[in-house]
Amino acid sequence: MSFSQLILYEEEFHKINDVLTKLYSETNAKVIFLVDRNGQLIANTGETENLDTTSLASLTAGNIAATGSMAKLLGEKEFTIIFHEGYRDNIYISIVGRRVIMVVIFDERSSLGLVRLRAKKSGDDLTKIFDDLLNKVDSKTEEGVSPFAEITDDDIDKLFSE
Amino acid sequence: MSFINYPAREINCKIVYYGPGLCGKTTNLQFIYKKTNPDAKGKMISLATETERTLFFDFLPLSLGEIRGFKTRFHLYTVPGQVFYDASRKLILKGVDGIIFVADSQIERMEANVESIENLKINLIEQGYSLDSIPYVIQYNKRDLPNAAPIEEMRKLLNPNGVPEFESVASEGPGVFETLKSVAKLVLVELKKGGGG
Repeated sequence: MSFSQLILYEEEFHKINDVLTKLYSETNAKVIFLVDRNGQLIANTGETENLDTTSLASLTAGNIAATGSMAKLLGEKEFTIIFHEGYRDNIYISIVGRRVIMVVIFDERSSLGLVRLRAKKSGDDLTKIFDDLLNKVDSKTEEGVSPFAEITDDDIDKLFSE
Repeated sequence: MSFINYPAREINCKIVYYGPGLCGKTTNLQFIYKKTNPDAKGKMISLATETERTLFFDFLPLSLGEIRGFKTRFHLYTVPGQVFYDASRKLILKGVDGIIFVADSQIERMEANVESIENLKINLIEQGYSLDSIPYVIQYNKRDLPNAAPIEEMRKLLNPNGVPEFESVASEGPGVFETLKSVAKLVLVELKKGGGG
């Protein structure tokens, strides 16, 4: 794998949330979420109460993966943006820093132009945060510190005892 | 590639069910979905054709409980087994933490089993993984069928390295949770070692 394990710490989580919250208010979006390319939900903001964000995250990653393969077949490096237009809601999906996917769900209170403009700026900010995060994870990995080194075999056995 | 989320106190891992067409990968997930407490599972998603053959993947998020204050969440995926969906299979293997190979025990499916394992090895190598180093178990499914091949024969063909193996009847349940638990445990042990990437 070209990427190391993804670990999210409090510090970066707050920075990410700040970027998403700003984008949310600037675009009048309904929901914004970030997913890693394997379908794991990293952060979300907005009207998420009645939304199955876990499923959406997995499907978004599948969607991006399929689109990436289509790009390769055409000799493109990747398609960095996908847009789905619905009757009521629209989904704008963009790849951030080559490894994270940003999803903006919006309705008639916003517009594609606005989302696209603001999402680009937020994408740049997020790229910086994730670069820093990956450096942090790599340096900790080099130190040989496994975040779960303190787990014992007993802990694992206990999880499966029922 | 596991995802450790400190703010949410969660460990997220990805497990993929691999195997030839109609071996019972989706059936495994359906049984797990049916038998799991509603609090511990999310919605099961199947991207299937009109004839209920897996087109892209099935997906089931599952919580297995807490370990040292961290919720352990496993994302279960199946691949489409049919030979011509190889491009989709490669995509689903991305970021995998553990693999369950579901073998069809019927004698006439042995060649398909062997072909599918070879395909799995090739696709893993393309992603920079190896079947020898990734958490991996084998499930011999459909043991209830009269034309099931003897286990010794299947072991010789499909499990020469002696990875953990389980007999199952996925439609009825025997062996389904045993297989999942076994690979989940291997994934956590790997994570403890500092692998998982």
